[in-house]
Amino acid sequence: MQLDDLVSAVRAANESHTALRIRGAGSKDFYGGMLAGDVLDVAGYRGIVAYEPTELYVTAKCGTPLVDIEAALAEKGQMLAFEPPHFSCATIGGCVAAGLSGPRRQQAGAVRDFVLGVKLLDGTGQILDFGGQVMKNVAGYDVSRLLAGSMGTLGVLAEVTLKVLPKPVAEKTLVFEMSEVDAIARLNQWGGQPLPISASFWHAGQLWLRLSGARAAVEAATGKLGGSAAVDGEKHWFSVREQTHPAFAGNILWRLALPSKTSPLGLDGLRAIEWGGALRWVAGESEALREIAAKAGGHAVLYRAPESMRCREGAFAPLSPALLALHRRLKKTFDPKGILNPGRLYAEF
Amino acid sequence: MPTAEKTFQTDRSRLAARLGLILPAHCLLVDDEDLRPYECDGLTAYRELPMAVCLPENEGQVIDVLRTCHQLGVPVVARGAGTGLSGGAMPHAQGVVLSLARFNKILRLDHEARLAVVQPGVRNLAVSEAAAPFGLYYAPDPSSQIACTLGGNVAENSGGVHCLKYGLTVHNVLRIRVVSIEGEIFEIGSEAPDAPGYDLLALLIGSEGMLGVVTEVTVKLVPKPELAQVVMASFDEVGKAGDAVAAIIAAGIIPAGLEMMDKAATAAVEPYVKAGYDLNAEAILLCESDGTPEEVAEEIARVTEVLTAAGAREIRVSHSEAERLRFWAGRKAAFPAVGRITPDYYCMDGTIPRRRLAEMLSAIAAMEKKYELRCANVFHAGDGNLHPLIMYDAAKPGEWARAEAFGAEILELSVALGGSITGEHGVGIEKINQMCVQYRTPELEAFHRIKAAFDESGLLNPGKAVPSLHRCAEYGRMHVHQGDLKFPELERF
Repeated sequence: MQLDDLVSAVRAANESHTALRIRGAGSKDFYGGMLAGDVLDVAGYRGIVAYEPTELYVTAKCGTPLVDIEAALAEKGQMLAFEPPHFSCATIGGCVAAGLSGPRRQQAGAVRDFVLGVKLLDGTGQILDFGGQVMKNVAGYDVSRLLAGSMGTLGVLAEVTLKVLPKPVAEKTLVFEMSEVDAIARLNQWGGQPLPISASFWHAGQLWLRLSGARAAVEAATGKLGGSAAVDGEKHWFSVREQTHPAFAGNILWRLALPSKTSPLGLDGLRAIEWGGALRWVAGESEALREIAAKAGGHAVLYRAPESMRCREGAFAPLSPALLALHRRLKKTFDPKGILNPGRLYAEF
Repeated sequence: MPTAEKTFQTDRSRLAARLGLILPAHCLLVDDEDLRPYECDGLTAYRELPMAVCLPENEGQVIDVLRTCHQLGVPVVARGAGTGLSGGAMPHAQGVVLSLARFNKILRLDHEARLAVVQPGVRNLAVSEAAAPFGLYYAPDPSSQIACTLGGNVAENSGGVHCLKYGLTVHNVLRIRVVSIEGEIFEIGSEAPDAPGYDLLALLIGSEGMLGVVTEVTVKLVPKPELAQVVMASFDEVGKAGDAVAAIIAAGIIPAGLEMMDKAATAAVEPYVKAGYDLNAEAILLCESDGTPEEVAEEIARVTEVLTAAGAREIRVSHSEAERLRFWAGRKAAFPAVGRITPDYYCMDGTIPRRRLAEMLSAIAAMEKKYELRCANVFHAGDGNLHPLIMYDAAKPGEWARAEAFGAEILELSVALGGSITGEHGVGIEKINQMCVQYRTPELEAFHRIKAAFDESGLLNPGKAVPSLHRCAEYGRMHVHQGDLKFPELERF
């Protein structure tokens, strides 16, 4: 597949006012608002365009599977530090469009923190190049990062350039028996200390910590923190990253993003805590969660649910009227006829 | 100086009268002698006198000033400490300067949550000082950190010497409160991760005062590393030093800081700071490692090995905090040190892929001959951000014009080498023409539409950051690359 094929498809849809549903591998079809429009399959636009290990960047076409990119990086001892989920087949375009980061997010940063540049096809089929391949670039508005998490509503991310980082020399996983309240308190205390904690996961009375860094630093922190060393650490973090861990089971799953030190919210459905306390997974139908999260200074995403429920509740927390109006103006800026992934982020556009 | 693109019909006495109704007398300046200190920012070569300077003391007054200017159709230029180096805070001749200098309070510092809520006029270093008792600090450290403000840092997406490892402003700000030109308040981002909707925080950070006025900033605080140590290595060829930088990264090391100075720069700073630099070296590298003592020892050993293999002629490791600071003193004082050996200097800010460094430096050496001006180079080598310091004498006719042309050529070469015209100083008014070289019409049009989505009236910092297509058409006449005429759709005049 060539870029021209995508350009003609978007142009034709724009001319005929036809809604397009942009799809890489479809691994995140479950996520976000409604799926509407003719499928624009971008999986065939694939391949690594450039990878410069010493410049710390990789540029790939949107349909490139994450596993292909990670395999190329691994050969040079590098990684995508935000640890995106693969859900077996995810592509780099969908990864950036959905903006989902994994266990290392609290230490390394989110998807958007690693986006350096994009080649975007806007809603009229025009090719726009933003950002680039250098670490620092403040010329023009930072549109590249704006696109992370935009759910394909501003354009087709035809190519993306991401910053990559070296894999840590050493990693070790520690397990602690700990209540929810203690886990939140300890995670926040540790967060304020220079400790090499690269992931945290609390579930059913157990707190898992991953340490990453120089061998000496990991050993020193192990001595300081205590706990017991896990033998199957790597397997555990894979199951958290890919959400195959039993904590993520169930038909209805909410993702609460909160200030990390938020005290336990007394939720029966609490399944897991990640990101040093800032991410909490709650199962089951609970109408009050949006309000509870907002009161705590955060927000709740209806992460996985039957489509009818996602359409009724909205996948993402509602925006203030002022912000919603701004979102609509920005949407119009890139997609004047509103043909790209309508309703995938918010029902209003 | 690039000429203003758009003029506004501002009635000066009416403006002063209207502002006088909403601001107490001590918050409003209208007389020329009071306006004079605001005529430029850190880029002193470009000056313009505004019609009024507003110094509001609360958000309500900011809203009132913006609403009034919106009603009257008067341009507004927001200003922090005025340390910017691209003329971003240079006033508009028919406009108002909105100084946030009095918004200087740290509103909340929560050491448990590792964040601080500050007003935009708070100095960058003051945040780290307030956080120090808790073993925390605010990571971005632009060289002006003693004076520059958080509001300005947000506007410019400021960096510093540690951003390869710790990120830029955009990586360290959690939330901002912004007032639009119409006086509407937006809360962008939050203390929780991944705020719903578009990542407007990324869009606003680095937007150079074009989209809104920041009235509050929530920043992330991070634990201060227990120890930092620096390795200083000297090289007899610039190319070798550049290869050494690549070799450090290839070895899987992300240093806390990785800086390079060329011979002209070390020659300028050594008499000034006596850091003990190798003055016969063509380039020196400073590579800092931070973390726990165990971690630092391990990393320093690996860095030393890599630098030796890369052909360093001398390697020294700091063995005390005093020695570490002395090694850094020269790099940190590079600008004032150059200022001592030349009446004036002009600082550039291009970024390039690191592997093109030797090429860039030899091109700069050729430009020194072409423009008959000297240039010292300091370089955030870790992230490819070059700061050539072009030396000139403003009192000598023609020298400033040559310095400007020299700078423009460096920036345009940065783009040609696959980089950017600005890594951390912003476009402002200074690099407005070079934006035409970095971007094509479709992207510039998109930038203008984004601007209009926030500020339809075009009153916030007009003429900065994003050039009009007409400006590019005019400038493009001089810059036809490989035979393609840029902006062919526009009339030339």
